[in-house]
Amino acid sequence: MRFKTLVAVGMAGLLALTACGGGETTDDATGAPGSGQGTTSEGQDGGAGGEVGVFTWWAEGSEKAGLEALQAEFEKNYPNDTFINLAVAGGAGSNAKAKLEADLQNNNPPDSFQGHAGAELYDYIVADQLEPVNDVIDGLGGTDVFPENLLNLLTVDGNIYSVPSNVHRSNVVWVNPAVLDEGGVSHDAPADLDAWLADMETLKGAGVETPLAVGTAPWTQLHLFESVLLAELGTDEYNALFTDGDWGADGVRSAIDKYAQLLSYANTGGADDWPQATDMVIDGNAAYNVMGDWAVAQFAQRDKQEGTDYLYWPTPGTDGTFLFLADSFTLPKGAKNPEGAKDWLNTVGSAEGQLAFNLAKGSIPARTDVAPDEFPPYQQSAMESFKNDAFASSIAHGAAVQMAWSADISTAISKFWTDKDADSFHEGLKQAAESNR
Amino acid sequence: MWKKWQGFWLVLPSIVLVLVFVYGLIAQTFATSMAPLTRRTFAGNEQVVSPGGFDNYAQLLADERYQRALWNLLVLTIVFVGGTMLFGMLWALLLEKGVTAEGFFRSVYLFPMAVSFIASGTVWKWLLSPGIGDHEAIGLNRLFIMFGLPELQSRWWSDPGPFNMAAMAMPAVWQLAGYVMALFLAGFRGISEDQREAARVDGASEWRIYRHVLFPQLSPIALSALIIIGHMSMKTFDLIYAIAGQNNYVADVPATLMWVQLFSQRNAPVAAANATILLLIVALVVIPYLIYTNRTEKGGR
Repeated sequence: MRFKTLVAVGMAGLLALTACGGGETTDDATGAPGSGQGTTSEGQDGGAGGEVGVFTWWAEGSEKAGLEALQAEFEKNYPNDTFINLAVAGGAGSNAKAKLEADLQNNNPPDSFQGHAGAELYDYIVADQLEPVNDVIDGLGGTDVFPENLLNLLTVDGNIYSVPSNVHRSNVVWVNPAVLDEGGVSHDAPADLDAWLADMETLKGAGVETPLAVGTAPWTQLHLFESVLLAELGTDEYNALFTDGDWGADGVRSAIDKYAQLLSYANTGGADDWPQATDMVIDGNAAYNVMGDWAVAQFAQRDKQEGTDYLYWPTPGTDGTFLFLADSFTLPKGAKNPEGAKDWLNTVGSAEGQLAFNLAKGSIPARTDVAPDEFPPYQQSAMESFKNDAFASSIAHGAAVQMAWSADISTAISKFWTDKDADSFHEGLKQAAESNR
Repeated sequence: MWKKWQGFWLVLPSIVLVLVFVYGLIAQTFATSMAPLTRRTFAGNEQVVSPGGFDNYAQLLADERYQRALWNLLVLTIVFVGGTMLFGMLWALLLEKGVTAEGFFRSVYLFPMAVSFIASGTVWKWLLSPGIGDHEAIGLNRLFIMFGLPELQSRWWSDPGPFNMAAMAMPAVWQLAGYVMALFLAGFRGISEDQREAARVDGASEWRIYRHVLFPQLSPIALSALIIIGHMSMKTFDLIYAIAGQNNYVADVPATLMWVQLFSQRNAPVAAANATILLLIVALVVIPYLIYTNRTEKGGR
């Protein structure tokens, strides 16, 4: 008898399991609440209603503040919609992208997710995971308010697949003038990489052990390398590398050599990621750090004053070029609340949304019609460059290359960091281009 | 009839679950590893990422990075297994003699095991920081400088040499030696005092008692410890991910490389091939052990 009870329990368990499985499929079939309601056109008063799940990797610091500012703007404009924050923490989105990949594979996309504008989104587009958002972009003003070359990067086969929210500059050197004074080095930006290297030699002679700060995380090294590559090749040749340019060219090789020389003036450990590397400049342990302009928030946080406590220039040799990366928001196929997602995209792309978001995050608006007056001095200067400079796309931040390619380049970079073998680095870069372009 | 089958019905749910979620997924992984993959690139080309079939395996095995990962795994496993066995045995020997406050020491040695690899990895990342010299040494290197032994500074796992992963085994040994100690201690306690008494009466020295009476009886435990630690080492992911970060060439092992292949290189077939080979490697170690224990258990009956 006891056995029979056990058998009954076992069978009940099995039945319960199959029932659970069945339950989930019916859930998917009927769709989530909210999908039925807001089928009318976007931009209606109060929004489409329902929950809008937004996936980002903005979980900390100024990024989180920016997202909250955007959320406030969204809730003000679309009171019917409920904002659901699906942020996943982790530097440059490394963990978030893995989670997102799993969600997309399982046909369980968020209503909108953040992605680096450019090649990185292309993977999602060819995998047929994104809906075009031409109507949203057109509604916002199209090329009247967004730079044309930025929209071109987001356009595939005539369709635009995301709404850009903000732009960052990658080729910026952050400088501690007090350390420069130790070696009697001028505060002005050196004209080119050679002049910069000479300054580092002077600083090292004056007792500055590590004139240059760099993180041990491969992406921070790639971030430095892309600036060097741009400086050695020039804008056009650099941009051509991602279409039909020659990675075996002498310019690439001399960029590798210059990069190796720069590393010989850099720390070999101690700074894991960019915040620690930037701290080395703030604390006077290093004179220079090449980092994207989100670093300005780090200086502000430590109450440092521009001009006296820190300076910034475009990486020597890249003046006049804006090495850019941009974040943008998408509309995934199969989103549960597409109309709500469009409300979100309209907020992201609006002038008010971009003002609120970028003031908090420390980046600059992707729209060109946002008045610069309210921004701090650094952002004003970046907005000025963004309007006038030539454009180049960042490798480290998904604008120029797809994820697979940037992973291969990162591997070569991280190998070079330990073995300093320039030939094998160059070979690695050539191979990465061959198998990913 | 019902009585005859009721045992089967009882285990059926778990059999079904194991079939679906273990063997079914293994089969799915193998199927994925044979799939071809082409990718349309941003520059407008079609790239064959994985050719499909066993060529996927050939491509993976020929990859210099994968070979490096396998070598790293070998170094890691040898040092990890050797280190835990050595320290586990040493501590068990010390405690086995009945020291005062044995319970306290036992806890001290066992506690690291309660910490997750991710948490301890974060601390060890700092301890094993590669900076050398007074201006940038932190962690262990700084300690060496403070003790006046600057020549002992090392780049640890960041060293370009072939044996850098020995440093990566340090935190793993620290964490699991206590577990091996507990296994051995239980083994020692399972041997009755009479045997030692008898050996002493026969005039055996203390060393000979260990060598000829105690150690032989510990060999099944040593084998279990070897297998448990060995297969843990082969599957190590979290510790290395916490210490070296993702996509770090020098510290790659197959498990971390698989993560990179799947999520960064977005190459599911090669990642699945990698996973399948890893499963085979672990099986090579575990299956003979299972056969062996099966035989000895049968023999014991």
